[in-house]
Order: sequence, then structure tokens, then C-alpha cells
Amino acid sequence: MTTVEFRKDLFADERDDNLQEIGQPTIRQDILGHVTGRSVYYDDHPFEGLLHMRCVRSPHHHARIRSVDTSPAEHIAGVRRIVRPGDIPKNLNTLLSLIGFGKDDEPLLAPSKVAYRGEPVLAVIADSDRIARKAVNAVRVDWETLPHVLDVEQALQPDAPVVNDTYPDNTFDYYETFDHQKLRFGDVEAAFASADHIVEGRYQMSPIEQAPMETCGAIAVPETNDRFTCYTSTQALFFSLATTAKLLDLQSSRLHFVGGTVGGGFGGKVDSIVEPMSVLGAMLTGKPVKFMWDREEEMQVGAPRGAELWLIKDGVTRDGRILARQFTGLFDSGAYTRLSSYAVVKATGHLPGPYTIPNVAANVYCVFTNRTPATAMRGFGITGVDFAIERQMDRSADAAGIDPVEFRILNAYRDGDMKAHRRTAKNTALIECCQVAAEKAAWLVDPAVLGQSSRSGGGGTRADIPETVTDETGRIGERRGGRIPLDPLAGPGPKKRVAAGTVRSQEVSAVAPQRPDMEHGPATGESGAAPARAPSVPPQPPHVSTPAVPPVTPPAVAPPVKKPPLPPKKPFSEGVRRPGVPRFLSGTRRR
Amino acid sequence: MAIHKGRGFASVNYPIGMNLGGDPSQALVHSTPDGKFKVSLSSIDLGQGLKSVTRQIAAETLGVPVSDVYVDTADSDTGPHCMGSFASRGTHRVGNAVIRAATEARTQLLDAASEELEVDARDLVTDGAGNIHVRGAPGRSISVADASIAAQFKQGRTLAGRGIFLVPPSEADPETGEMSPVTCFAHAALVVDLEVDDETGEVTVLEINSAYEVGRALNPRLVEQQLIGGAWMGLSHALYETTEPYYPARENAPLDFNEYVMPGPGDVATHNIAILERPAEDAPFGGKGPGEMCANPVLPAVANAIFDAVGVHCDHLPITAEKILRGLRANGGARPRNRGRRP
Repeated sequence: MTTVEFRKDLFADERDDNLQEIGQPTIRQDILGHVTGRSVYYDDHPFEGLLHMRCVRSPHHHARIRSVDTSPAEHIAGVRRIVRPGDIPKNLNTLLSLIGFGKDDEPLLAPSKVAYRGEPVLAVIADSDRIARKAVNAVRVDWETLPHVLDVEQALQPDAPVVNDTYPDNTFDYYETFDHQKLRFGDVEAAFASADHIVEGRYQMSPIEQAPMETCGAIAVPETNDRFTCYTSTQALFFSLATTAKLLDLQSSRLHFVGGTVGGGFGGKVDSIVEPMSVLGAMLTGKPVKFMWDREEEMQVGAPRGAELWLIKDGVTRDGRILARQFTGLFDSGAYTRLSSYAVVKATGHLPGPYTIPNVAANVYCVFTNRTPATAMRGFGITGVDFAIERQMDRSADAAGIDPVEFRILNAYRDGDMKAHRRTAKNTALIECCQVAAEKAAWLVDPAVLGQSSRSGGGGTRADIPETVTDETGRIGERRGGRIPLDPLAGPGPKKRVAAGTVRSQEVSAVAPQRPDMEHGPATGESGAAPARAPSVPPQPPHVSTPAVPPVTPPAVAPPVKKPPLPPKKPFSEGVRRPGVPRFLSGTRRR
Repeated sequence: MAIHKGRGFASVNYPIGMNLGGDPSQALVHSTPDGKFKVSLSSIDLGQGLKSVTRQIAAETLGVPVSDVYVDTADSDTGPHCMGSFASRGTHRVGNAVIRAATEARTQLLDAASEELEVDARDLVTDGAGNIHVRGAPGRSISVADASIAAQFKQGRTLAGRGIFLVPPSEADPETGEMSPVTCFAHAALVVDLEVDDETGEVTVLEINSAYEVGRALNPRLVEQQLIGGAWMGLSHALYETTEPYYPARENAPLDFNEYVMPGPGDVATHNIAILERPAEDAPFGGKGPGEMCANPVLPAVANAIFDAVGVHCDHLPITAEKILRGLRANGGARPRNRGRRP
């Protein structure tokens, strides 16, 4: 059973609750289609003569392709086309090239070497899915297996096999300088020396499947105007469109992508593989082509949420303050970058979690291994490290002998505090969440802790940027030359000091509206658009016991005034009434 | 052999919108011939309710009833550019683009009404029920439909608006990691109560009590749906799911839903949710996307509760019965901790 309560009493002074439509439990417009099975998904577009595409995939973690014999497949009746790496105009891409981040490192079909089990090397287009499967099984590939590496720490050893030729050190290159993303704030080493307790933990998250009900897929159709329409399950329409245009060397305006209703995404439908493959199939055959993964492909070839390994070390005082926290993070990117390089930066910006800690250091790596490439999933870049941080918080609370809730509130970030990425915290609410959750669970905490607030006690000396120790350990290529420790403090190189208060770049905020008439009132909603009316939800007294039925339904307001019948002679109110034009040619059809 | 009760706590925050910016979204709004409004997007509704939320945002901004707004999504020919539905950016980026587009359309709507009513547009207000009237004089009014029809068939005006929302791209500093990751954060804290059977290693989650701070619940039902589903996913991640059960070894990989294990209906725990709303400055009506954040605190809270119940540190996800039993054996049995005092 679920109960829901809205704590309107908290932060009430920062909120205008007199809005008309915002805050209403409006039923979604597409719900009837969903519950009656009439919503249209990409696979609900039938075409006469639709062809089906399937891939020949590597059975090995790492292997060179000596030769391929497709003749047994070509002789099967109903096989229309074998698609080879050479058919792809630009067969190398990286997803984030769209925002200029990273080097092209992944082929759509592997031309000479495979780097994970399941990597596609050829595709077959046939009259039916069954024939395509039969043809895939008939293709003979002569493999030369290569040594492989599946463990992130082994992949960083000097003698590890090279997974990805674009990144021969098995790490993504950051800023053409380091083989990892650094975070440095204060002097962690000195703080550890003055701490009463040193607490260490090692945390591992395994790969997780997004598990959508609808597997990834697309149907591409050649149009008569020299364009291609692609019906797709993508989560990111123009992301997939631009990736397709790049791989197929097409003007993006020649592509018309139609998506919309998706049978679950959770991050697994951003990778843009089925779209370029199906459009390529339509280009090569001149016919509609469907490329749809089956469940096994979705589970083992489709990119999962990647594994993450986190090592955390805390320095804690006797009275429960975290003086310093150090992270070493290893993201298992699999054989190619996809989006893991970005997750590393996102995770680094998230450190040390929602706590104000005066000394923080982190080295976070995007590591290549011979496994299915990882990609986005709900909570991308954060889920794994939050698991690590919150396990570590309990360990450190135990070391200091403090209740876990009190320990978190004691160290929580507050408005005006400086964060480790050198920006000021604002709009914080961690303390209130801790208080409310503890109260709901009847978890007894010290009354003094219940009096704390995110809006007070922050700033002041907590807003300072400390003098910071930096280093240049872990330059690109260095690790191949010999063993270099992974953690931030252990580097052999000289340390530098960056002066207190150093901020090198501006705070970035959204571009302002281009014209004054696009300028809405205060972004928090006090628009003046709608005149004030009675609060849609009456202020609730705090600490009410939770009713079984969530109190989200607005209380009775004045019943809506019944609209009078439509006045006559309104254009378009009852269909078009123009001489010579049939009624209901356009306009709204009523009654 | 016994069943041990444990409770665990976790608190988190979550960055809203794509890290380091560079991810625009656009929206177009126009009036239909009968005076309703259409919002055209290329954004994707994954089931999270983007269509609903943008519809409410457009209605609120235009000052018209939500029933008079239709949202069309996910066609690259009719919808302007959008980077996509990921990184908790849908509500934030697309919602802001819709506000701008709807604001421009509203300005034109009020101009058309001012011509019909022969008053200054600045003196006009909408009542949210489909009417425009002079501020302080509800008698001098015109319906939104009449104003729109007059604009399009008498005055020769379009009622349309364009909106874009872009946080410009920025970089992290290679040496210090200085960056402007995102502009706002959602928050959550959560208590998990569970039981561990020290004979089988089986975990039964009894109850979750949570608090989620979401800026503003733009649609409380959709928020509720996200939080309930997210907590389920968090439990599933904590105790069941992986494509590589003996990671980093690749053996024993599941190939379908018979082998890829997830909690069933009988494993869903009672969940008592509190929703807090502290509006964020640059979010649409202050709303932060709750969808990605809400699973995260469940994973560590479950692990913390298992440690509380039997004294086994479970730091390798997922926490299977096998891992708990191995931990119990290494410890020489259960060592309950009894944290999280009850009154």
C-alpha cells in the first residue's frame, strides 16, 4: 500500500500555490490509448513488403576477423542483401560528437576486429525475420581470438590488452591531458592527518539492464521525395537523427524521424544504433526495413547501466564532522565510450554528495574493457556513487558513534555553502527531507537536530574556497609506462598549490529569452498570468497522520460554470461554412 | 536460525538537466481556428508524462483551461529541435521552452483581445476558465476563443509563439574539477525497514518511509507515479537485478525475464511518501524532475538496513541471498545492530 502526503507547510513562503493548472492532478491525455491498447508505437506502422534485418555477432570477447564467407547465406531464398561495414559511408562515430566531446571510436559494423561478445560484424536483410535468422546462422566467420580484459583494475595495468584502438591506454582522454577526471578542493592529506577516525570503503555496482517492455527498434521507409522516414523507439529524436545523418553521410534534412510513444526507455534508447541500421537498409534495398532487437539482444548486446567501482576514504572528527573525503572511481565503459565519459564528469560534479566537506579529492576514470558497452540509465552517473556515498556515511557515522540521521544532518549542505566544484549551494532541502523521513518512520533523533534548517547555518566560513593541493599525475599514456596508483594522493609527481578563493570560470546560467514578449514572470511561477484565487490546496497542518488516500485531490472549489451552447455563426466553431466548401473539411467537428 | 529486523537510512540529492549544458530544446505554440492551442514538440514521452506536464505548463502560461491545449510530440518535421528525454531534462528544458513559446502567444492573444475590447492590453487578465477581462472589471470581457477567432479571421494576426531554452555549454577544469554542473538539485531521504532470514539469506522489505523534495509537483499524480515506480526500481536494483551476476566474469548471463529476476507484486513494500516543494529559480514554475532521483536512495538504505539487521556489510550490488549467507558465515552468524531507535 502507498500513502502520499504533501508537506505544503514547508517552504510555503517560497511558493505561490495560487496557480490554475500547475499542481492539478490532471489525467494524462494519452491514458485512454495506453489502457485500451490503441497507442501507436514504432512497430505499429505496417508496410507492404517490409524487410527484416538481423546481425551477425561476435561469439568472442576480443578477436580479429580473418575472413568472412557469406555465400551460404546469400543462396537462401528470401535473402535480399548482405550489409557489410564497407556499405556504411562513415563507419566510425562516438555519440557525444554531437556536443564535441570525445573521439570517434565505435564502428556501426566492426570491419576488422571485435572488442566484445555480441559486437555486430555484418547484417542480413531478408523477407522475414525467420529467413534473416537462418541466413545469419549460415554466415561463416574465421576468427583469430585475442587476449581480453574484463576487470577494470586489470585494464589499467601497463601490460593489459588494448581494447579500443582509439584509446590505446584503455582510458578515455580528458581535456587531452589526463586519463581521468580530477576533483581537487582543499588539502585532503593534511586533513586526514588531523582527523580522529579514518574510514575506508570499497563499493561495487554490477551492470543493470534497462529492461523496457518494448525492445529497441526502428522501421525506415524510402520516400518519393528523396528522403527517408524512420519510425523509432528512440528517447532522443534529434540525437538519433543527427547520429544517423553522420554515419550515413546524409544531410539531416533528408531524414524524417517519427517517434513519440515509447514502451519504456530508462536510458537504454539513446544509443542510436537501430536507426542508422534501418535507414541504411532502406537506402540499400529501396524498401521499408525493420531492425528490431529481440529480448536476448536487449539483455546482452544492448548497452546496460555500466558497472562502477568506488573507493572512498573519510577523515572524521570525534564530534562527527567529516573533515576530508577522497574518491577513486572506475566506470566500466565496456568496449566503447558511448556515454560513460559524460557520466564520469557528471559523477565528479556530484561529489562529495549533498554534504559540506572542506577537503575533497577525486580521481574518476572511464575504463575500457572487453564487454558490452555501457550507456545511460535512470540516475546515470549518480546511482552507483550515491550507493557508495550513503554506505560510507553509515560507516563514518558508526566510527564517530553518532546516529546515522543525525550524522547526515550535521554534515548536510545548506544554502550559501561552497561545493567542491566551486559553486555556491542554493535551494537546498536535504535537512528537511531527512527530518520528514525520520519523523514518518518514527526514527528517534535528537530534538536539536530537528530544529536545523537548510536555510540557516550555511555560508560564512563554509562559503570559503580553501587553498588547494593539485598534481599532474595520470597524464595520458603515463600508465602504459609503469604502475601508477589510482587514488588522488598517491601520485609520485610534484604537488602544486592553488590559492584560496580561486575560481577560473563563470557560473553558467540559461540564455535569456530572445525577445521581451517571451519573458515570463518570475520563473517560480508568480506570473501574474492568472489572477489570484483561493489556494487550490489548503495549508495542511504539519505532522498530520497520513491518510490512506493521498490528499492530492483539490478540495471542492466552485463548480465549473456550465458553458452556454455555442453561439451560431462563429467561424470554425461548427465546421467550415464557406460557399462551395464541404462542411467539416477542416475545423472542429462537433455533435 | 532466526529472522532479524533492520532499518536503514539514506539521503541524496540529484542534478537536474544535462551536466555542463549545451542541450537546447525548442517549442512552438499556435492557436487553432476555433481558439484552442496546440503545442508542437519533437520531445519524447517515455511514459513519464512529458505530454501532460508540458500541456499544463502551456495552459498555465497562456491562462487558458488545460482542456483547451493539445500537445503534439516526436515528429522531426513538425516539432522543432529537442535534444531528447534523458538526464532529468524533459520537465526542466522542454518545460521552460514551452513557457517562453506560450508567453509569446499569450502576448498576441492579449493584443487581439485589446483591439476587440478597445482597451490597453496591459490592463487585461485571463481568468483561466477561457475568458479575458479588464483587470478589476470582469464585466468587460471576451472569451479566449472569440479573441482568437477575431485575430485570425478579422484582424489578420497569428497567435503563435516560439520558445527555446539553452544552458550554454561549459567545461570542467582539468586540474581542480571546477564546473557549473547544473542549476538545480532535487532531494530525497528514506528509511527502509526489512527482515533478513539468517538461514536462507532472504530479505523481505516491510516498509519504506520517504521524503522527496521536487521543487514543485507540477502534476501531483505524475509525481506520485514516478516515486512509487522509482522505489520499486530501487528495491529491484538493490536486491535482484544484474546482467552479469558474477561481475566481472561474464558467465551465467540472463537472456530473458525468466532469468533476469525482478521483484513481483508480492514483493512490493508499503511505501509512505511525503512530498516537499522548494521551487527552483530557473525551473518551470519551480518544478524539478523527480524521475531519475527517486530510485537512488533505496539502494544504500536497503544495504544499510541489512547491516543493521545482521551485521553484514553488503557493498557489492545486487545483494543476493548468496552474498548475505557468505557474509554471515564469515562473521560467524548474525550480529544485529539495532540502529534507528523507535520511541
